[in-house]
Amino acid sequence: MITVLFFAKYRELLGTAKISLSGADIDLTKCTVAALKASLAERGALWCDVLAAENTLCAVNQDLAGDDTPISVGDEVAFYPPVTGG
Amino acid sequence: MSVIVRVGEADFDVGAECRALASHSRQSGAIVQFVGLMRDSNQGDDVLTMELEHYPGMTERCITEIVNRAQQRWPLFAVTVIHRVGVLQPQDQIVFVGVSAAHRQDAFQSCEFIMDYLKTEAPFWKKECTLNGEQRWVDARQTDQQARKRWQD
Repeated sequence: MITVLFFAKYRELLGTAKISLSGADIDLTKCTVAALKASLAERGALWCDVLAAENTLCAVNQDLAGDDTPISVGDEVAFYPPVTGG
Repeated sequence: MSVIVRVGEADFDVGAECRALASHSRQSGAIVQFVGLMRDSNQGDDVLTMELEHYPGMTERCITEIVNRAQQRWPLFAVTVIHRVGVLQPQDQIVFVGVSAAHRQDAFQSCEFIMDYLKTEAPFWKKECTLNGEQRWVDARQTDQQARKRWQD
């Protein structure tokens, strides 16, 4: 099982803050951020737009991650738009 | 070095934070503090309220990591970073960065460094409600990216 979080504009666009995926949803033995994005993009055009956006940021276990970052069972993955704090 | 990172809804007292920063070392000769406030307008529209969302856990980790990088670059005695979340009104305090060092150059530069990285890396998002009832997510600014890049030269 992995947990996928969405924040701010993306949470609103997709209508969800958190989803859980199991090995039945996606192959977690050789998963990466890119593979997770490809799998989630199949959920529809909105998902595709959010995940394909050039400025979408991703964190794995609360560290910034790239497309090649591996994902394994128990990980927490987050997708979010550019940050605007301060 | 003393590091305090606090993220939450509570407001902060700049005077109390200043005294706390000064108390960590008798060698402290310079304290620089930055306080970010909420403005009452953005992109030509009056803004009534702003809601700040964050990624609990990652936010604190991210800010602590930024402070660690500052500490490697400048000799510092104490750093305090406070960032508020939730619903804020114009003129409310949003963010506090305070640093204590022996000399002012180190204090000024490290305070700016921490703010520049916080603005571009820490997972906070602002949503503003305008006078005409529109709710909109605030866009990231290119100028903030440029401000951060100057530390990478």
